[in-house]
Amino acid sequence: MRTRPENSGRHGGEARRQGGVAALRGWGGVATMAFACLLAAALVLALPQWRGDDGRGTGTGSREGDAVTQAAPARADECEAPERSLRPDTKDGPTLEKIKQRKVKKLVVGVDQNSYRWGYRDPNKGVGTLEGFDIDLAREIAERLLGDRDAVVFRAIPTNQRIPAIQSGQVDMVVRTMTINCDRIKDVAFSTAYFETGQQVLAPKSSDITGYDDSLKGKKVCSAAGSTAEAALKENSFGADIKTTVPNQLDCLVRLQLGEVDAIVTDSALAAGQAAQDPTVELKGKKPFTTEYYGVAMKKDADDLVRRVNAVLDDFRNDKKNGWQASYDAWLAADLGKSAGPPKPTYKD
Amino acid sequence: MDRLRAAATTEPGRLRAIGAILAALLLAFGAVTTWQTATRADAADRVLNRSQPLSNDAAAIYRSLADANTAASSGFLAGGQEPAKVRERYQRDIDRAGEKLATAASNAGSDSSSAASVSRLNTLLPQYTALIERARANNRQGLPLGGAYLRYANDTMQTRMLPAAEKLYKAENARLADDYAEAEPYPWAAIALGVVALAALGFAQHRNYRRTNRVFNTGLLAATTAAAVALLWLLAGHAFARSGLNESYDRGVKSLNVLNDARISSLKARGNENLTLVSRGAETVAVGSATKDKFDVAYQQQMKRLAGARGTGGLLGEAADLADDDAGRTPLKAAADNVTEWKDRHKSARTSDDSGDYEGALDKVIGAAGAEPTGESFDNVDAALDAALAHEQGEFQRAAEDGKGAMAGLPVGVAVLAVLGATAAVLGIGRRLSEYR
Repeated sequence: MRTRPENSGRHGGEARRQGGVAALRGWGGVATMAFACLLAAALVLALPQWRGDDGRGTGTGSREGDAVTQAAPARADECEAPERSLRPDTKDGPTLEKIKQRKVKKLVVGVDQNSYRWGYRDPNKGVGTLEGFDIDLAREIAERLLGDRDAVVFRAIPTNQRIPAIQSGQVDMVVRTMTINCDRIKDVAFSTAYFETGQQVLAPKSSDITGYDDSLKGKKVCSAAGSTAEAALKENSFGADIKTTVPNQLDCLVRLQLGEVDAIVTDSALAAGQAAQDPTVELKGKKPFTTEYYGVAMKKDADDLVRRVNAVLDDFRNDKKNGWQASYDAWLAADLGKSAGPPKPTYKD
Repeated sequence: MDRLRAAATTEPGRLRAIGAILAALLLAFGAVTTWQTATRADAADRVLNRSQPLSNDAAAIYRSLADANTAASSGFLAGGQEPAKVRERYQRDIDRAGEKLATAASNAGSDSSSAASVSRLNTLLPQYTALIERARANNRQGLPLGGAYLRYANDTMQTRMLPAAEKLYKAENARLADDYAEAEPYPWAAIALGVVALAALGFAQHRNYRRTNRVFNTGLLAATTAAAVALLWLLAGHAFARSGLNESYDRGVKSLNVLNDARISSLKARGNENLTLVSRGAETVAVGSATKDKFDVAYQQQMKRLAGARGTGGLLGEAADLADDDAGRTPLKAAADNVTEWKDRHKSARTSDDSGDYEGALDKVIGAAGAEPTGESFDNVDAALDAALAHEQGEFQRAAEDGKGAMAGLPVGVAVLAVLGATAAVLGIGRRLSEYR
């Protein structure tokens, strides 16, 4: 798999250079020139940054010379390290006070119920029992904020409604494998990162697709409407047919099993959950072609709640017995393998 | 030429001509009446024995598909192992739909719109059942993929199959309307010929009276009687048939159409109610500025269609207005009452779900009778509509049979009378002719 230079995340320049060399071998003539220009521009802009963008700034698909000049100012507009959040604080603020004054004193959390191992409803484990990594985290937050693991109302919300649901106040927060990125921090506030993942291609084991690369050419690729995957595919589809978008990432696996699409692009964490439901498919490519972080999303101006949740997350990461590691081992280790641990929190203040 | 001139100028010639014209008129009257009434009797027979049953079959396909989809979602909600009763209901619906589709296919004939709908449904039905089986298999293993399959199956049903079934139903109803239109118009040509034949007979007898001073000519008198009887029979028989058919349409078909629509609406509402709990917000739609659950919005729409915005009117109100006796109104009253109850229970179920009590909501939708589930209200509505449909079908049958019966024997009877009349007229003229030998 060819590494996209600006996608290598915190490993910065090194990976970018490797990607560039790979590309130089693969492409010739004008394309190589254009790419070199792009690479140079990316390096100049990215070096002083902790992390560039969410992995879909300027596409590697921009093979025209003028695309580079267009791309460079666009990059300058992008935010720096969107996963940086507010410093933790254990004091209750006005947002939390309002929640505590509710007639039914419960935290309303937007979750998924179709993400295997993250947030899902197992029909065989009693009616309506939601479980998974995100659910553990939401319960942990409820326990720390309201003193009761069960003081939480789960609302299953579709991918493309995560932000509207927060903005309209339908939910207090969204714990739903939600990627922190520059577009989204304009609309909502995120906690510190609680999981590191990235976009990856999922396809049948027998498929000749090798990852997010030229092997997608002419293939039908599915993504969830409004997701990071859809944005990445629109940026560079490698000649794939990307018109199949669905309300929920899991709907892509339905389309794949029915032969309506050849591959899926989604977060590797979700893709692993899909692979766990269908042993004939696998993640393609050695590692995700973007680096992304999941965060808990809250209302844009709810600073007090964000700080409070960040405090909870700090403890969650550090609690070796019942915290992050325990949830990872319970839900994800089987499909994602051993973990290097939770991402370290970074702050902007 | 000489003979022709002789025919026009001599009395025997004139008499021969008059006899020929009378016989021709009477025979034409008989023939046209037979042709026109046979066409109408045939159309009335088609209404009773072909197009209405086919329209019924199309409604059954439509209903079975909607019912199967509802049963599938109910079974899914119940967990990994769906209740046997729900599974049987689903299976019965699919079997019935398949069976009726086969009948519809053999009857669709050259009607391209019906044939296209049938073939579309024949293609989609196995795809749909395959999706449901996959949903079940995944649900049994506790995999969330099952819910995704169920939503896809529902989507296939709602956006592709039910519209095709509705199209078929509409096409069959149009065919029924065509048959009615063919059975009902007055046979003006036959009536006009009958009147002309009677007038000609009157003229011939008047002429005879003037020439011979004889008041009666037995043959012509017999011919007049035969023609008059035939004409009266035609007028009365057609009038009775028409009124019977009209009644079968107004009291039967109209009610049946509204009731079928009401039943489909109740089934769709129930299916959407179930799916609200299956998907739990996995799909939403924008209503104005608000983001609402796609399936709950669809539920509200169908309930409004069924019972009106404020619990009056809607399809049930329309059906009650069309019902013309207590036997027809009683089940509709029961249906309306149960819809009201259903709405109340639904509201309470939504309140539970919105406050996070999923188990409570589930109980209020598919639970046992003690939990006062909406399922019970739906079953009651379904049973009441079933009773109303059976009643209206009976009304239709009775009126249409009366109508068709009124035309029985008319084509043959009028033909026989016309032949008798023509023979009598010729014999009557023959008697006058013999006086010239």
